[in-house]
Amino acid sequence: MAAEGGHGARTSSEYISHHLQNLQVCRTESGEWVWNQCAGNPMAINVDSMFWSLLLGLIFVILFHGAARKISVARPSKFQAFVEIIVEFVDSSVKDTFHGTSRLIAPLALTIFVWVFLMNFMDLVPVDWIPLAAEQAGIPYMKVVPTTDVNITFGMSIAVFVLIIFYTIMNKGVMGFIGELTLHPIAPPTRGLGLLAAPFVIAFNFILESVALLAKPVSLSLRLFGNLFAGELIFILIALLGIYQLPLHFGWAVFHLLIVTLQAFIFMMLTIVYLSLASETH
Amino acid sequence: MDINLTLIGQTIAMIVFVWFCMKFIWPPILGALEERQAQIEEGLAAADKGKESLHRASAEADEIVAEARKQATGILDQAHARANEIVAEGKSDGVKERERQLAAAKAEIEQEANRAREELRGQVSAIAIASAEKILKREIDGKAHDDILGKLAREL
Repeated sequence: MAAEGGHGARTSSEYISHHLQNLQVCRTESGEWVWNQCAGNPMAINVDSMFWSLLLGLIFVILFHGAARKISVARPSKFQAFVEIIVEFVDSSVKDTFHGTSRLIAPLALTIFVWVFLMNFMDLVPVDWIPLAAEQAGIPYMKVVPTTDVNITFGMSIAVFVLIIFYTIMNKGVMGFIGELTLHPIAPPTRGLGLLAAPFVIAFNFILESVALLAKPVSLSLRLFGNLFAGELIFILIALLGIYQLPLHFGWAVFHLLIVTLQAFIFMMLTIVYLSLASETH
Repeated sequence: MDINLTLIGQTIAMIVFVWFCMKFIWPPILGALEERQAQIEEGLAAADKGKESLHRASAEADEIVAEARKQATGILDQAHARANEIVAEGKSDGVKERERQLAAAKAEIEQEANRAREELRGQVSAIAIASAEKILKREIDGKAHDDILGKLAREL
């Protein structure tokens, strides 16, 4: 689009990197706030990701809270029926997988599913619409799909990770948690000469299990990020094609609709699975 | 693509949204769903119960109708029997009455005949006495032969 678009001589690679640039704000060492000169600064904030993430989260909360406040058992409105379908879907997913009692997991799963879905769905808004409008308004960068920002996906998976550790300790105790990290998959010998080998076995187990534990949040976030980032990139590439983008864009959007829903579902389902594994007593 | 403060911001936002959902969204919606489930279950049970009681009531009604029909037939039969009885009674009464009147008439006739015969006998004896008086007036004193004549009259 930019190839023939109204913003003059911008090469394809400039167009792509412009689209992949977050709107950032940070404080320099001299103590002043600057925009978009924050590469590598760990104290920077991606304002666009944060804004869209919060906006979509608020949309979820307001819509669902509106339905919850006006809920009627006998005469559900059409919107209430829609909300109920989603809630029932999440509830049955949770009940199928998680066999304990927890007041947290079902609302957590609902929030993740709807919120991630909405954030992914921003990918289906044509890639130039919002950035161009923002540019007209004087905002140089605008990345509208929060889940193509690795900070957003990691932020969510870290919350899940903390919950995994919390549930493990709550259900198995601190010793159970340590035991889970050190006594599997090879049980350390407890008698005779084997005792000499026990520390090595434990160390081996610990390395293995730590990696397995840490892989959970990393894979959870990178899966979502990778899928959406790749999808976004392909939309951008298609947008470079000029007028031929239309059929391609449509085809990819249809396909992407599947990814959007599926990735939201996978994020939710894996959260439930990890938490149910954490609270399962062997 | 660097990790920065956005991560913490997103984590905080997620905690807030999940907390809000747990507090204000999930319980009322799921509560309503469960309440509706309970109501549907109740409704189905009530419908079953209603069907069963309808079944029972209609069976009872059938029974009552059959009973009433039986009673009606019985009453009809009784009425027929009674009517027949009354007719028969009337007939027999009539016959009896006729016989009674017949007997009464016969008795009256006989009585009448007897009286007539008595009278006739008296008249005959009076005539006999009168004629005998006339005959004997000239010969014998009437009084002397009265007993003979009375005897004669009785014998007649």
